[in-house]
Amino acid sequence: MASKPSEMVMTDDSALDSSAPMPVKIVVAGGFGVGKTTFVGSISEIEPLTTEAALTKVSENVDDTSKISGKTTTTVAMDFGRISLGSDLVLYLFGTPGQDRFWFMWDDLVRGAIGAVVLIDTRRLEECFPAVDYFEEHQIPFVVAMNCFDGQVTHTPADVREALAVSPDTPVLSIDARERVSTRDTLLELVQHALVRATS
Amino acid sequence: MSLGDSGDGLRVRPYAITRGRTRAATDVPIEAIVYRTPKGESARNSMALERGQILQLLSTPQSAAEVSARLRLPLGVTRVVLGDLVDEGYLALNTRSASGRPDLRLLERVLDGLQAL
Repeated sequence: MASKPSEMVMTDDSALDSSAPMPVKIVVAGGFGVGKTTFVGSISEIEPLTTEAALTKVSENVDDTSKISGKTTTTVAMDFGRISLGSDLVLYLFGTPGQDRFWFMWDDLVRGAIGAVVLIDTRRLEECFPAVDYFEEHQIPFVVAMNCFDGQVTHTPADVREALAVSPDTPVLSIDARERVSTRDTLLELVQHALVRATS
Repeated sequence: MSLGDSGDGLRVRPYAITRGRTRAATDVPIEAIVYRTPKGESARNSMALERGQILQLLSTPQSAAEVSARLRLPLGVTRVVLGDLVDEGYLALNTRSASGRPDLRLLERVLDGLQAL
């Protein structure tokens, strides 16, 4: 299918040639169905796009694809969005592939990132443990954002902080991923946290 | 996750386009903004296949991820083709240096930008 350049309306008029903006990125992690695409979509100036990576490496859990008959290229999808911040800066939000066996993609994803938002559903808290472990291990600044479905707050940030055993300076927030303002405030919290980490 | 079931699946192995290479000399991060150089500008209608599609799409500068998504080309393949086009002088790219975290000044600009939304 042909691409439709008419869809790519840039909101800033400065994006010409060498005055192309500088990119920065934030990673949005969390278990399957926790609202990553909703979060990205609530603030992105474009409809969230999906890029596919062909799997050229396979993790140890699913090794030897030769035994699976009829197996061809597997792909993993990654959703992302874009926010222009003034004329010379553009922020990309990348949702992580939902499954643990795509860990090898994460190194590429977080390289040079401002930090990460770990979205959680308090009913399935354990699903975010691998992401939290990963960001702690790689010393990536992150905030934990409880996505409150239907406005129901079932856990306090203190409960979640204790359950995750994250460091006391890691922000734990209660958000609504459908709301642009809530998403923006979550990103603000992360950038502020990254600033504090960078100065300390 | 059952992606790639949507019909128009790849008919060739994805890296056939890059003659099997999974890396270009120039590494293009997924968020790097690529744009046409004057040389790329003049070549935009004379290049074939993916390279031509990329040059045409880049009438607006955008990230490697966007190029991949809009042309439905796997991300890894896109990055190699973009890297080649940079090496050959058709494209230039904006990306922050190496792998370090953004510095304080950049973080402050992001903060200001978000606050202004």
